[in-house]
Amino acid sequence: MKSESTPSAKDLPKVILVGNPNVGKSVLFNVLTGAYTTVSNYPGTSVEISLGQCDIEGRKFEVIDTPGMYSLMPITEEERVARTILLEQHPYAVVHVIDARNLDRMLPMTVQLIEAGLPVVLVVNIMDEAERLGMKIDIDLLQEKLGVPVVGAVMARRQGLARLQEILKDYDASRHAVFGYAADLEQDIKGVASCLKGDYRLSPRALALLLLQRDEEIESLVESTEKENFTAVRAAVNEVVFERRTDLHLRISLERKRVCKGLLDGVIHQSESGTLAWTERLSQITMNPWTGVPFLLLILYFGLYKFVGGFGAGTVVDFLEGVLFEEHINPWIMGLGERYLVWEWLYELLVGEYGVLTLGVRYAVALVLPIVGTFFLAFSLIEDTGYFPRLAMLVDRVFKRIGLNGRAVIPIVLGFGCDTMATMVTRTLETTRERVISTILLALAIPCSAQLGVILGLLSGVPGALLVWTLCIVLIFLLIGWLAARVMPGEQPMFYMEIPPLRLPQFRNVMVKTLTRMQSYFIEIFPLFILASVLLWAGKMSGVLEKIVASLHPVMSLLGLPNQASAAFIFGFFRRDFGAAGLYDLQTSGLLTPVQLTVAAVTLTLFVPCIAQFLMMKKERGWRVSLSILVFVSILAFTSGALLNRFLLMTGLLS
Amino acid sequence: MNVSAKAEEILEALWIAVEEQGENAAHLSTLGVGPDDEALAELQRRTFVEVRGDRVYLRKEGRPEARMTVRRHRLAERLMMDIFDVKGGAGNAKACELEHLLHEGVGTKICTLLNHPTTCPHGNPIPPGKCCEDAKRHGEVGVVALTELKPGQTGEIAYLSTDEPKKMQKLMSMGVLPGTALVLNQTFPSYIFKVGHSQFAVDQDLAREIFVRKT
Repeated sequence: MKSESTPSAKDLPKVILVGNPNVGKSVLFNVLTGAYTTVSNYPGTSVEISLGQCDIEGRKFEVIDTPGMYSLMPITEEERVARTILLEQHPYAVVHVIDARNLDRMLPMTVQLIEAGLPVVLVVNIMDEAERLGMKIDIDLLQEKLGVPVVGAVMARRQGLARLQEILKDYDASRHAVFGYAADLEQDIKGVASCLKGDYRLSPRALALLLLQRDEEIESLVESTEKENFTAVRAAVNEVVFERRTDLHLRISLERKRVCKGLLDGVIHQSESGTLAWTERLSQITMNPWTGVPFLLLILYFGLYKFVGGFGAGTVVDFLEGVLFEEHINPWIMGLGERYLVWEWLYELLVGEYGVLTLGVRYAVALVLPIVGTFFLAFSLIEDTGYFPRLAMLVDRVFKRIGLNGRAVIPIVLGFGCDTMATMVTRTLETTRERVISTILLALAIPCSAQLGVILGLLSGVPGALLVWTLCIVLIFLLIGWLAARVMPGEQPMFYMEIPPLRLPQFRNVMVKTLTRMQSYFIEIFPLFILASVLLWAGKMSGVLEKIVASLHPVMSLLGLPNQASAAFIFGFFRRDFGAAGLYDLQTSGLLTPVQLTVAAVTLTLFVPCIAQFLMMKKERGWRVSLSILVFVSILAFTSGALLNRFLLMTGLLS
Repeated sequence: MNVSAKAEEILEALWIAVEEQGENAAHLSTLGVGPDDEALAELQRRTFVEVRGDRVYLRKEGRPEARMTVRRHRLAERLMMDIFDVKGGAGNAKACELEHLLHEGVGTKICTLLNHPTTCPHGNPIPPGKCCEDAKRHGEVGVVALTELKPGQTGEIAYLSTDEPKKMQKLMSMGVLPGTALVLNQTFPSYIFKVGHSQFAVDQDLAREIFVRKT
């Protein structure tokens, strides 16, 4: 870990950004830190956090951008990570970013943070939008009432940045307001707080409240700190919890709301006005099923088909693969090889048919990178507009039929980029049942962008083939999901989600996300490309490959495919797109009829996950489940391929 | 003097046949009684029904009683399924036992508690009682689940009825709290509502657990 951060970063004062999702935390992070950003997964989780440094008049700070959280009491993995950061780091300042339009709804968390004794600075962001809605906010009065520094800001336009920097420069956290709750509740809080003898990052008052709300992590933290004294704490907590068994949670929330109402009295002036912004109208279009589905198709057509398939897999690949490698690099390298590599095995290993340089590097750089890159660019762009929650809400009903809920749309869509990454992200789903079902569907019916790019390129030349392929994959996706939901025991998940306002993505944000994703993707797969070439080379040299390829010949004839196609399926084990790219070679040499091409594409899409995805499945789900999925998927892929072949030949479609 | 439980069952079946299925009478066999049944005789004695051959006619005098019997039965079903959470066959059986106890005051109380429901859990209409008419005349707005609101309607969150603390906590931390004003924007494919300036999407199951006072 040490090598990742600069030596002095550990000692810099830490500024931690917290707040709800979609309040402009990342924008603030970007304007504060400028160019020095690292995005990484929080240790032991799939949750991304960003680290950066900022320099205010010569004084350096480390800035940490936490995942969105709604309150100090975590429910999701993201919220848990955000709180762990607050608990484990020594913050110099905690910058709570809130959306001015929802000041009343977000202020309770500010109260919680102040109550916890954290050095809070409140940033009331998106003031311009609030003004457009006819809201006037008295920042000075709010600051006076809260007792912590408050900044009114429009961070996207750097408004308020200077003021925030001035506050951060020499922040004095000693001022500290206390908010009083109703007398009876106060008594209960004091009762529990007075039992706490240990030394904590959070104030006893905040701990007492979290204990009363049965926060398990806090409970074990207090247990390990208090040791023998914990019995007394537990007794005090249990007594209150039983006394107030009917409504403790609700009571605390309502009290906080009451406190906030008092704080906001005179702070917000709302005048009747506000026009329906165009984003609001667009938002309605995306959410109404009649207009939302066509809108989705437009996004798929332009974002996926045109941009990833057409531009990424077409133009860029053609240039890199056709011009750069085929015409310049490969002849040059092979020439060098012929001259200097006198041993045949070494020649084959490096520049032969399955050579590390001629196959491994070429596939990785010329074929996969442009496709994955364009996909991640489109994905990050769409992600930053706030479209995905709308999509989740739109597909929720359909997804319920296949045992998932709308939230699962994010791993599934991500699967179109990289199934391995998506398999990891299934962790964020709530129940094991949902995780297993989405893992199966990702392994089976979601082609990753590399594979998809090659398949789109292959099939677009044959009229109708793309339609047949799409129908087959969608049908199998829904059918297997539906069956899985019936077979798998477990409860139906519930769906709830905040729908953030639509907004224009920030260029820098999108680029950082895209590059981070491409980087981690490349680091993860590049060694596998090399490994795959080495294995293929070893197979070729020893003759094992030929035997395996030959053993697949009967299966190929079942699918109505030429024997050469079996090599593509063997390649498919190593990378999904290897297989598809193998088909590409077959097609360019004119060996496949339209029917054969379609059958091969469908079978390959369904056929086994790649090595990396399989290893990820094993890591997330264990050997038993992942091996069962592997066997199931293989059998299903060949059966569907064979049936499709019969069907197409019988009906005479595509021929 | 109330009619017997058996007689109530007959009236109920008769009401459904005549009022809801458009028959002019019910056959003895559909009512499941013989011509010399004791409960049937009781109803004839009170001039609630008339028996001609093997067909039973509901007389004008019997209509109010029959109507209230159906009402009690369906209120009992609502109570069983919505409040006691006894669903399916068990709920139906219990409702059949319970309905005979809901006379006069009790029925009114339960109707008010249930906020004057208009349909039973199977979707059949509940004939309105006096309490319903009064509530309507005074423009009383009761507490209903979010699913009862139409797009564009507003309300104030009255309570959350979920029994899962995590879910409740999530809703509360998102700002979905009793006493908060809400606007329902859309009901399909998901329920979309606005609290303050934020929008939320929930599925039907969760929407059923958010209770609002219409405003």
